[in-house]
Order: sequence, then C-alpha cells, then structure tokens
Amino acid sequence: METSAAARVQPSPRETLDSVVIRFAGDSGDGMQLTGSQFTTATADAGNDLATFPDFPAEIRAPAGTTYGVSGYQIHFASRNVQTPGDAPDVLVAMNPAALKVNAEVLKPGGLLVVNSGAFSANNLKKAGYEINPLEDGSLDRFRVLALDVTKMTLAAVKDVGLGSKEANRCKNMWTLGLMYWLFGREREQTVGWLKNKFAKRPKIAEANIAALNAGHIYGENAELPHGISAYEVPAANLAPGEYRNISGNEATAWGLVTGARLAGLEVMYGSYPITPASSLLHNLARLKHFGVTTFQAEDEIAAVASAVGASFGGSIGVTGTSGPGVALKSEAIGLAIIAELPLVIVNVQRGGPSTGLPTKTEQSDLNQAVLGRNGDAPLAVLAAATPGDCYYMAIEAIRIAVKYMTPVILLTDGYLANSAEPWPLPDLDALRPFPVEFHKDPEGFHPFLRDGNTLARAWAIPGTPELQHRIGGLEKHRDTGHISYDPRNHHLMTKIRHQKVAGIARDIERAKVDQGEGEGDLLVVGWGSTYGSISAAVRVVRSQGHHVSHLHLRNIWPLPEGLNGLLRSFNSVLVPELNYGQLVKLLRAEYLVDAESLTRVTGQPFRIGGLIEAIEERLQRSAT
Amino acid sequence: MSPNPPKKEYTRKDFTSDQEVRWCPGCGDYAILAAMQRTLPSLGSTPENTVFISGIGCSSRFPYYMNTYGFHTIHGRAPAIATGLKLANPELDVWVVTGDGDGLSIGGNHLLHVLRRNIDLQIMLFNNQIYGLTKGQYSPTSQVGKVTPSSPLGSIDQPIVPARFALGACATFVARSFDTSKKLPDALRAAREHKGASFIEILQNCPVFNDGIFDLITDRKTGPSCQLWLENGQPMKFGANGEKGLRLSPQTLSLEVVTIGEDGITEEDIVVHDETNASLAWMLTDLPEVVALGVIYRQPGPVYDQSVQAQRELAEVRFGEPDLHALLRQGHTWTVS
Repeated sequence: METSAAARVQPSPRETLDSVVIRFAGDSGDGMQLTGSQFTTATADAGNDLATFPDFPAEIRAPAGTTYGVSGYQIHFASRNVQTPGDAPDVLVAMNPAALKVNAEVLKPGGLLVVNSGAFSANNLKKAGYEINPLEDGSLDRFRVLALDVTKMTLAAVKDVGLGSKEANRCKNMWTLGLMYWLFGREREQTVGWLKNKFAKRPKIAEANIAALNAGHIYGENAELPHGISAYEVPAANLAPGEYRNISGNEATAWGLVTGARLAGLEVMYGSYPITPASSLLHNLARLKHFGVTTFQAEDEIAAVASAVGASFGGSIGVTGTSGPGVALKSEAIGLAIIAELPLVIVNVQRGGPSTGLPTKTEQSDLNQAVLGRNGDAPLAVLAAATPGDCYYMAIEAIRIAVKYMTPVILLTDGYLANSAEPWPLPDLDALRPFPVEFHKDPEGFHPFLRDGNTLARAWAIPGTPELQHRIGGLEKHRDTGHISYDPRNHHLMTKIRHQKVAGIARDIERAKVDQGEGEGDLLVVGWGSTYGSISAAVRVVRSQGHHVSHLHLRNIWPLPEGLNGLLRSFNSVLVPELNYGQLVKLLRAEYLVDAESLTRVTGQPFRIGGLIEAIEERLQRSAT
Repeated sequence: MSPNPPKKEYTRKDFTSDQEVRWCPGCGDYAILAAMQRTLPSLGSTPENTVFISGIGCSSRFPYYMNTYGFHTIHGRAPAIATGLKLANPELDVWVVTGDGDGLSIGGNHLLHVLRRNIDLQIMLFNNQIYGLTKGQYSPTSQVGKVTPSSPLGSIDQPIVPARFALGACATFVARSFDTSKKLPDALRAAREHKGASFIEILQNCPVFNDGIFDLITDRKTGPSCQLWLENGQPMKFGANGEKGLRLSPQTLSLEVVTIGEDGITEEDIVVHDETNASLAWMLTDLPEVVALGVIYRQPGPVYDQSVQAQRELAEVRFGEPDLHALLRQGHTWTVS
C-alpha cells in the first residue's frame, strides 16, 4: 500500500536553502542530545559546514513535562562557511508543551514548528503552564505549524517488535529524526548502523528504533504536507579538501593533551575531580591508558591538582581539569607550582558563576581568576581556545609552554566549546613539531634553581637521578643555592625573575595579528575564547556594508602577544565583547592605557550575531558623530 | 658520566643534608630525624630513590634535613602530592611527614583517602597535641580542657586518636612509637617493608608549647608501666617486670588491665597480639592506663599504584599499540575532495 502510494505521488522538487538552523527540544529523557548529534553526523556526511550547541538543564532527569527539564540541541548547517550555531532557529522541533513554551520565543516568525501533538495532554499543558492548548488558540499563527501525533505513529511503527509501552514510547525521537532526515534530505544509513551497534546486545530495541526512524521518513515521503511546508535541500559546502570528523571541545582537549605529552616525550598524569562541564575530559582520558596516560579521580579538587604537582615533580606532565569553582580550590597548589617552578597544566572549562552559578551554561568569567587569582605575585601563562577544534592545538601549546618554561599554564575553554561540535579537518601529525624534554642529569654545579639563560626556566631534575638530591617547596628559595631564604633582596629578585620568565613567553608565541580586516581602521573588535565564531560572523557582516572594522582574537591571554599595543593604537576605537561583566577589557586598559570599550553579556548563552552587529554599528555611529 | 659513581654502602652521613637544623632546642623532632637518618642505610635505601614529602608545620621542615629528594608542600596536601609522585614513578621510596594539625585538621581528607587507597608509601604523623609553628593553639589531638591562646577557658573539642582514624580509614599498616624511643627504627623498618600505605603515629614532645605531655609514657621511671610494646603472637604484657597484661572482658567486650598472680589471673588469661585482627587493633588504639606501641595492625591488601600499573598493562593488551593517527579517526570520519 505504502509503496504504491509513494509511487503515485511524484516527489515535489526540494526547495534549496543556503543555511538552516534547527533546534530539537524535548524532555531531558526524550533523547534530544542523541537526536541532535545523529542529525549532526548525517549533516556532516551530506557535506555541509555546521556548528552545534547543546543546551541542557543541570538536573539529570527533571520531572517529566516541566519547563526546567527541557533539553535542547541546536544545529546550524549551510552550503557556506558556518561559524556559530545560529541566533534564532528556522525550525523548532518541540516534543512536548514545555519544550514549546521554552523555545517558541526564539523561533523566527514564519519558522517551521514541528510539534508532537500526542504529548499535548491536559496534564502536560498544565505542567508547562499553558491554560489553553496553544495548538488550538491561534497563538502559533506566526509559524508554519506541523502538528503530528508522533507518539501514536511511533507506537504503531514499533508495534510488531513487541516492546513494552515505555520502551516503545522512547522511540519517538527516532521517528522525529526520520521525518527531519526526509525534510532536509539526509541519509539514514549512518544512524541505522549506529543504532545496531549501540543496541547490539538488545536487538529488539535496535529494531524498534530503526522501525521508528524509517516510519518517520516514510511519513515524510507520503504525507501531504500543509501549505507552505516542503522538503528542502541544503547543498554541500565548499569545505577545504581533506579528512574530517566532528569534534567537541573536551574531546579535542583530551586528544591534544595526549598529543602534547607525546611531543614532549612524557607521560600524562591527569588528576581530576568530577565537575560539570569538565568531567568528559576525565572520561576521555581514562580510556587512553595505553597512551601513557594515568588518570586519578581524586577525593577533591585540591587533591586533584596536588597529585598533578606531585607527578610533575616526578617527571610526568601533571594535568588537572576542572571548572571555575574547582580552580578556586586549586589556587594555593597552583601557587606552589609557581614558586617551586614545576610544569603543570590546568584546564578550566568555564561555566556560569560565581559560586555554583549556572553549571551547565557557558560563560567567560574566569579570566580574572586565571590571570590574577592567587595570593602573592604569582604569574603564570594563560591560553584560551577559540573553537572546539582549536582546543586540540591549545592543549598541545599548554604542555609546550609548561615544560619549556617550568611553569603552570591555565588553558581556558568553556561549556559551549566543551559540548559543541564542528567539522574538524584532521591534523597532519607529522607536521607537529616535537619538543622533547631533557631532564637535568649533570651534578656539576647543580642546584634546583639553576636557570636556562634564555627561557629562565629552572633545571628539571627528577627524583631517582643520582647525585642531584635536592629539596623544593613553598618557601622562598635563594636564587643561587636553592636553599630557604628570607633575604629581602633575594625575594625581590626571585619575584622579578618569576615575572620575567612568564613575560618572556611573549617572545615565543605568535605576534598579535588581526584575524579579519586591515591592521588599522575605525574599530577593532577584540575577542577571546569561544566567542570567535559570533564575532567573526558579525564583523564579516559589517565589513560587507563597507565599514572599516577589524577582528582580533586573542588565544594568548597572559602574557599578551607582542605587537598588540601597536594594533590597538591603529584604530579609532576598540570594542571588547565578552561573556562576562568586563574582564579582558580591564586587562587591556591596564596594560596599554587604551580606551577600550566593553560589550558584556552574561546570560549563560553564546553571543547572538545580530546583537553583536547592532553593538558594532552603534559604536561606529557614536564615533562618527 | 658522573664523576662520583653511586656508592654501594650508605651511612647516616649520606642521608644527612648540609642544612642547619632549625627546630627549637629539645624538640622531639631531632630524635626522629636522627632515627630516620640512622635507619635508612640499613633498609637498603639510596638517597636518590628516596623522597620526603611534607605539608606545613614544624614536622614538615623534615625534608630539608634529609639528603634525599624532598618537597615541602602546602598545608595538609602532602598525601595528595605524594600520591601523584607515586603514580608518576612507582619505583620511588616515598615518605610523607605530617603532624597532628597538618594531617588531621586541614589535611584530614587527604589522609583518609591515601590510607583507604593503600598507596605504597610511609606516613609519619608527629603527634605533639599542639599547633607549634603558629605558636601554641590547640590541635585536633589536644585533650579537652587544654588552655591555649585560642582556648583561654580550655579546649572544648573532642580529640581524635590518630591510630584510630587510620584504622577507620582502612589503613593496612598502623604502628605507634615515640620520638626518643630506641624502638622507633623498628617501626620505621616495618613501615618501609609493608607494601601499601603504612601509618606511624609518633608521639613527639613540643618543649615550647606542650612540654611534658607524654612524660608519663616516655619517662624512664614511669614508662615501663605505661608502655605496652606489641609483638605479634606474644601475650600483651607490660610493667617493670612484665607483671601486668590485657585481658578481654567478656562482659564489656573491651580490654582490661590485669595483674598476673592477682585475683587468680594467670598468663593464660592474657590476650595474645594478632596484628591481622582489626577488632583487636581498634581496642588497642585507646586503652585505659597504658599506651600500645609497636605494630598495632598489619594486613596486606591490594596496593593502589600496583593496580594502576596493572590496568595500564591491561589497556595495552586490550587496545594494542597506541596510535594517535587511529585515535583521531575513531568513530565517524569523512573526506571532502
């Protein structure tokens, strides 16, 4: 019946779109993250460029049907370059009333709204806070609504498999995914394979999910869609040739740490205490023991960093990963690594603060903490990754600087980078330059604060080396002997040396350069970290309107790169957008006496391109008058 | 090539650093330091493979005086730093030096976890029942009523018994000794020989802020009637002539002090020490009238650093040669041409 129906209806030509933003939204238990990531893989296979943004609640399983239990996954894909997950979605998939309630505001007027009307029961409407069913009161008229009883059609599709109603009901997301695959012309094969593999030990579940996926697709093929809704085509993007994979920031950081340690010829000792959104770093590294990685789930954040310091003393590269509250607890031990001059990498996957703040939301508010947040004059290097894939290279760079300069390095990423995915051209491993560590072995004239004249790094002599027994510690040591010293001049000198050593890293990193635009002009937009995509896209738009605006993105937060002062002074004004209340801007003003202006947003969400464009235009208009 | 090839026979001098010792005159730490410097050569230790890790406090200056590797770290965190060091290089002989404040107040959490994980290292907790380096405040082992600058009307904190804490944390080796004891080297040796985390509580006199607190136990005259030296498999007797002993009271399920020859008590009534008996060990940590010294508890258990190594070897067997190229390609990849 179905095949003959399909044969009768000639497929209508697909409407070609340049780019689409889809948001999948449902209950925490509805499997929206899986649905989104499967759609992402299929979209990568279709050759589109893409960016994703998973947005989920802190509660693991909030009560079903409530607004605070809504989990979302947004994907932006296009036939051109994509830099952000997109501002407002063109398509919203809402699996229940709560998902609609939370997300209807952001859906573009005229956008496509796919809802599971089967979930719009009186009880669910009440839980979402709807007095009247929005599907019936005309409040959704500004959208193109495709209301389908997904629940009923899913149960019908999986009936023959013979699952219990609870498990059958769980296949709704795959039915919806099948429909979305049809609407946007994605292939199902990859997801079918993934389901078979995932449920290899529970073949009935695999079978039901595949049946639901196919049923959703077939529904699209056969159904007469309401007026104004058709199938779409988003042609492949013009990505640079090469081998790609999708990568999230935490995966990239983990793999970068492993790669960096191999380039240094060292083993990794990763001490960590589970914390959102950094835990997946620990999970990723725990699977890589055969790469010379030891992971240690410590009793707390302090023990986690302390174990890493101990491991570095012993000749491994000690690494600890956490988020802001964890860094607060680690700061004393970081100070110890600064005064003992041991290499150490601290990855801070930033989240909303202060205190527990917004654990699952993104923010860039730990810059001050990273640069300044310790007792005493305690300089260290601070790096910030710009994109999920960049986390890989910055993790390598963090290890390179740590071992070359015998210093702690803080690598700032954030919740957005950690969880978002982007197509990532796989690195050419042979092109990565090794930086093998040579431990000090010569007893002649040895003391622990013997320094390299160029880098000022102290000698790294590890326990087990004959005749180099020495003691280090948190007390100030004498510059020429390494013994405890309370000599006032020595303390001043050692403070200066520690400062000069870290400052000298600036000579060993890339000079400041604009990422987009000319080296002079009306406005320089200076960003750092995960805002790279939004700022880049916004600057591209205003530049296309003829404005003399450039974009500079800092990956080295401390020390700041050479040449930055000159660039800042080559523009009439400087705007610093940050997802905090103004932190980099203060650093730039303090360092360069430059009248940089702040643009802040602290909502737990990435910048919207539209908002940035408005702010840039407003700034330009103000300078013009 | 090193100009001075490593020596085979080490002496006390080889383990003594060139640093001037700066504890107060009469401090019990001197005796512990001397015992350690004397004992290490006889344990087959080498200066280059021995590491002392300490936290903060008077006891934590210890590493500076040993001609070994040393790390004087931050308050309470020595067990965690030592853990990382052992994970980086399990071959090293690692000693943690801590005190009642460092180990049981600010670092109590780390002490708990290093013991329960059973990492192969030795922990010496110098217990002087006072905060010395901050000038005499009461510590978590101070007796109730202790008058100090921060407790002018007497401490109201219930003290903790360090050995009891260690047993509660599932330590596999718990011993007790005191600073000037001739038997301290025996405890150090036993701790070193044990595979896993060895905990030694060392009663230590602070002549400045808590002088004489252990006199009853350590004094030559009163000592014998207060010191119960434990020997595995031997009846637990003490007293100047070994006339006293411990008997298990069936009514209270506790150990009581009895005198052999009185009230019909014979040698048969005295409990024989069994180092592997956790219930007995618990009772021995806090006895009336007498202090148990020597090895209170010793029971082999899985050693954390060995288990870590075993899992790494298992991973190598299961996943084969590490291949970065393959790692980056795990899962789904595609080619744009």
